[in-house]
Amino acid sequence: MSLPRASSTVRAPVDAVPATPATNGGWRGVSFDVNRILRVGLPIVVFAASLWWWEHYVETRHVPPYVLPAPSVIWATLLKDWPILLGSLLVTLKTTFLGLLLAVFGGVTLAVLLSLSRLVEYSLYPYAVVLQVTPVVAISPLLLIYLPQDLAVLACAWIVAFFPVLSNTTLGLQSVDRNLLELFDLYGATRPKGAPAFVGRSLSRVKALWYLRRPAALPYFLAGLKVAGGLSLIGAVVAEIAAGSAGAGSGLAYRIMESQFRLNIPRLFAALALLAATGVIIFLALSALSHLLLRRWHESALKQER
Amino acid sequence: MLAILDRPVATAALVSIRGVGKTFANGTTALAGLDLDIRPGEFVSLLGPSGCGKSTALRIIAGLAEPTAGRVEWPGSLSEDHRAEIGFVFQEPTLMPWATAVDNVWLPLRLRGVSRRAAAPRVEESLAQVGLSGFGGSYPRELSGGMKMRVSIARALSLRPKLLLMDEPFAALDEITRFKLNDDLLRLQREFGCTVVFVTHSVYESVYLSSRILVMAARPGRIVAEIPVWAPRERGEGFRSTQLYADLCRHASGALHGAMAPDEHR
Repeated sequence: MSLPRASSTVRAPVDAVPATPATNGGWRGVSFDVNRILRVGLPIVVFAASLWWWEHYVETRHVPPYVLPAPSVIWATLLKDWPILLGSLLVTLKTTFLGLLLAVFGGVTLAVLLSLSRLVEYSLYPYAVVLQVTPVVAISPLLLIYLPQDLAVLACAWIVAFFPVLSNTTLGLQSVDRNLLELFDLYGATRPKGAPAFVGRSLSRVKALWYLRRPAALPYFLAGLKVAGGLSLIGAVVAEIAAGSAGAGSGLAYRIMESQFRLNIPRLFAALALLAATGVIIFLALSALSHLLLRRWHESALKQER
Repeated sequence: MLAILDRPVATAALVSIRGVGKTFANGTTALAGLDLDIRPGEFVSLLGPSGCGKSTALRIIAGLAEPTAGRVEWPGSLSEDHRAEIGFVFQEPTLMPWATAVDNVWLPLRLRGVSRRAAAPRVEESLAQVGLSGFGGSYPRELSGGMKMRVSIARALSLRPKLLLMDEPFAALDEITRFKLNDDLLRLQREFGCTVVFVTHSVYESVYLSSRILVMAARPGRIVAEIPVWAPRERGEGFRSTQLYADLCRHASGALHGAMAPDEHR
């Protein structure tokens, strides 16, 4: 919401110098554009140059495609095997997003519980750490014994994505300005008439959680989400690889294992490229979400003006 | 005539502090045997070096800290919940960075269950009173240090408190901004008729603003001098060049130095 601008009758305070809006145009504007072109353009140039060198190397040294396929061959394989690869990609994506969703749900819920009760924190946090520090590759064989394969893969994605969400959100919920909390204590400790004191205390705690800790934790949560998005994909791939030799998987990692056994190295590379692209897209999407939610107020989303 | 001026006990105290002491868990005694009456309409400054317990005294009045000895009484309080009549301003603006100026000022009302629509006129009025109408939609990062402090004051005033408690609110601001805010604070106090307890370590600020200065000393925190400021409440830049102002500053400064422990003089 916005209020009408100051009427001329109200004198503006002398210290009321608003932040000047960004000026477009002039050499500053131009230099900003150059910077932007470089930031987008340079990685593309490096990528194209490496591809060209790769293609050139394979061609001139006559490297056989089962050792190192040329980029053009990988691209052709990607197009040729698209129906198979797309099916596998969708399976892996489903696991990744479901794992991430459950991790967000579980991580945020547990973080809120930890922030509300010290007893819960003492009882559960050590186990969350144990779950995190035990390598997921080492847990996945066990999970594959106890759970159906698709559930085991999902559980792996969940385990690795869970902790960054939990630890970051917990940190965020605790990173509230102490003075603001005191202000809530002063203004928010009202309770319904006749209710006992602890009702007022809990009510004020819930209010502080919703009005204060929730928005304060948002940047931390989003940073955790960015890490968790990538980790969820890794968890899904690791579990698929662990399951790959045993079961009848169909995700991208399974395709990689299968291609390796059949010495179909171009397809292995094509599946690998898809996985990398998926990871990048997840990262970019979560970064965009973070920017969208924080751009109005948080330091991380602000451009430095010179 | 003078006798009447000397003892303005005709008005009941808004807050009475009786023998209040505060000893922290680590054994530090922040306050000992503090007796203090704050009368309606007063502007009382607590002036003292850092560590003399002046902030602790303010927090005890606000109910943000519990005294370990003595008690705080509210003889003149009409409502049962005297906390509803307190506005508090910290040294830092203490604004929510994710909320606009309007939403920051709305906060105390929001916590009392007033909807944004119902609070809008009051919020707008409060912002106008601190000279910030038109900046309601700005986020804290878009405002200067002085403007952030103005939002903080508007927030404290949004509940129309009887008692405004300020904990070195202008200490972090540059001198020009501080002078401006001093004048605006005096004007606001005249408009609202509220009582102000103002913690500061600046002799000049306390003399310029106050109707009464309480000089405090540390270890343990206690009041060592009381200096009434017999000057009209309407003060301007001219007041800073009067003989009275100079005398009071010298007086307060002397009391402050006399109160400090010998090792602090070096």
